[in-house]
Amino acid sequence: MIGRDLLSIEDLEREEIQKILETAEKMCEIGRRDVKKVPTLRGRTIINLFFEPSTRTLSSFEIAGKRLSADVINFSPENSSLSKAESILDTAKTLDAMDPDAVIVRHAVAGVPKRIADVLKAPVVNAGDGAHEHPTQALLDMLTVYQEKGQLEGLTVAIIGDITHSRVARSNIHGFRKMGAEVRIAGPPTMLPPNPEVLGVKACTTLREALDGVDVVMALRIQNERFRGACFPSIREYAATFGLDRAKLRYAKDDAIVMHPGPVNRGVELAHDLTDHRPSVILDQVRNGVALRMAVLYLIAGHQSEAGRFA
Amino acid sequence: MSRVIISGGRVLDPSRDFDGEADVLIEDGRIEAVEAGIEVRGAERIDASGTWVAPAFIDMHCHLREPGQEYKEDLASGSRAAVAGGFSAVACMANTDPVNDDPSVTDYILARAREHAAAKIYPIAAATRGLLGEVMTEMSALRDAGAVAFSDDGKTIMDSGVMRSVLEYSKMVDASVIVHAEDLCLVRGGVVNEGPISTRLGLPGNPSTAEDIHVARDLRLAALTGARLHVAHVSSAGAVDLIRRAREEGVRVTAEVTPHHLCLTDEAAMGYDTNTKMAPPLRSAVDREACRRGLCEGVIDVIATDHAPHAVHEKEVDFIEAPPGILGLETAFPVVMDLVRKDEISPLELMRRLSTRVAEILRVPGGTLAKGAPADIVLLDPERRWVYDAAKGYSKSRNSPWDGQEMIGRVIATLVDGAVVYHSDRGVLVH
Repeated sequence: MIGRDLLSIEDLEREEIQKILETAEKMCEIGRRDVKKVPTLRGRTIINLFFEPSTRTLSSFEIAGKRLSADVINFSPENSSLSKAESILDTAKTLDAMDPDAVIVRHAVAGVPKRIADVLKAPVVNAGDGAHEHPTQALLDMLTVYQEKGQLEGLTVAIIGDITHSRVARSNIHGFRKMGAEVRIAGPPTMLPPNPEVLGVKACTTLREALDGVDVVMALRIQNERFRGACFPSIREYAATFGLDRAKLRYAKDDAIVMHPGPVNRGVELAHDLTDHRPSVILDQVRNGVALRMAVLYLIAGHQSEAGRFA
Repeated sequence: MSRVIISGGRVLDPSRDFDGEADVLIEDGRIEAVEAGIEVRGAERIDASGTWVAPAFIDMHCHLREPGQEYKEDLASGSRAAVAGGFSAVACMANTDPVNDDPSVTDYILARAREHAAAKIYPIAAATRGLLGEVMTEMSALRDAGAVAFSDDGKTIMDSGVMRSVLEYSKMVDASVIVHAEDLCLVRGGVVNEGPISTRLGLPGNPSTAEDIHVARDLRLAALTGARLHVAHVSSAGAVDLIRRAREEGVRVTAEVTPHHLCLTDEAAMGYDTNTKMAPPLRSAVDREACRRGLCEGVIDVIATDHAPHAVHEKEVDFIEAPPGILGLETAFPVVMDLVRKDEISPLELMRRLSTRVAEILRVPGGTLAKGAPADIVLLDPERRWVYDAAKGYSKSRNSPWDGQEMIGRVIATLVDGAVVYHSDRGVLVH
């Protein structure tokens, strides 16, 4: 059993990650059925509290909850004009008073899910907080790599892009390292964190150095609306230096896979044909996202269920 | 004639380098004598055995929020927090609403202070109108109205030409210009110290270089102009070094450090508690050690609280939106006593940095137990343990990283002009 909340990968033990991944493996099968629904979380209420716009992660959590028969409510304060004056904690406490069995929180600022978890009765799952962590994304990425490679131990993973501002990068760095993989990061120096050594990674400033002999290449989305000018001079230059195509991918191992948390800026982080075809596993990531989130919801909100009922 | 004898304490008077057992005789609100075994018939006696007796503290950097933000603090509540923390006098920053950039605002603050304050209030006026960093304030008129120094604290004067003019012009009124030195272009929205902690937290980092750059600029401008520069809340090792070198060169610079920069590091922000957010931010252990050494060696002159009250609802937001600043007046003494306990500074020297040296920089009375001086005195128990409960403090706000923690060292009593205005058993005695 994992802890009460799921706030960060940094806080998880290797055994807990293992447990979540094993549970998710079993959940994958449910998605392949004609009737994609089990009664595991019947009568449980799950609230998706998304302060930051999201379609992919929100849909994934919603489908995961519904496949487990939970009642899923989406609450997006940003869409409501009334919410401006309401504090984050007030919003969270209000929802908590409705006795949900789990609250899934996304916010544009690091630390908000933790602060909410500090005051809530219900367990909290971090669905992405600022540039801090996005634990379920990292877990679904690890699940995908595990399915491809049969193991995580001993692999080498390169994460390419705006590492400083990426919660996906932080969670994956912690996760893959805990599972015994080596992680390299690469991007323009303006996008690399000031102290990469505290994350236990090797920082590279050329794609070639980063990709040399790796098993997994993970490209991150460039948030060009936010950082243009501050971190890189132009999309054209970024695509030329850190954009992946089949030619550059030859630096990696022959059987290397390509991942991306989506949505892809085609022709920027990934060349068009690399986005759609192997070795890219982007749609497997999305598919695994549902199973992984089912596993997390089961482990966190279904703790009074009879073990194995989902199976 | 009213006479009070404070007897049996360990008297610490930095102004005369005196540290020893003695009695203090107060007559009509002024110090009459400090010597052993004073006997005066009919005098009220305050037993100070087991305590330190020192000039009351003077804080040259606090935010009392009046006028305009009385929901956070006002002159009454802020000055009560001050005397409860051992301060007989505080200098309040100009970032009120309206800004203290006009003599009418200075007049208002002083009039309200006369009516409601438990401590002596020294307004610091803005250096530029509206704290906009563009047009100098009427320093002469503000000085005449009672301003003791000039500062755009909270903001940085980014235009070096304006900063030069402010320094040049300040020579005319012979008051310090207090700078909040941060290159805002480099800070670029950073909310915690840039380094391993910001990397782990995923919060935007504020590099200490942003402070170093502006301290360096202002030191060169002080050298160029010959004006008196005071660097507020020094927090980086680089800034300490720059100030040390400038002093050796003869630049007229003084500096302050806060209790939190002396005793906390950016590690305190690991739980995303917005009561660990301040500007400049809590920095690395290396920076903290440099600040402590700087204070002990005299590179940094004084301790100032940067008491910055914010309402609970303002701090109960995300880390980026939360306003920077924490309470400081009621916890300053026990927090900085850490330096005495670790043998980094002597009790006498610590007292100097909390009172005597502050009075010298601001050129205000106090900071001495010399005959004829106002009897602004603090009685301190360096060993007393107590738990700080911000909700029960005198400030209207509660934003303290020390809330609920055990403190070692307690203010036993504070006297202003010979009157006991605070006693640890009876609370603030001014109504």
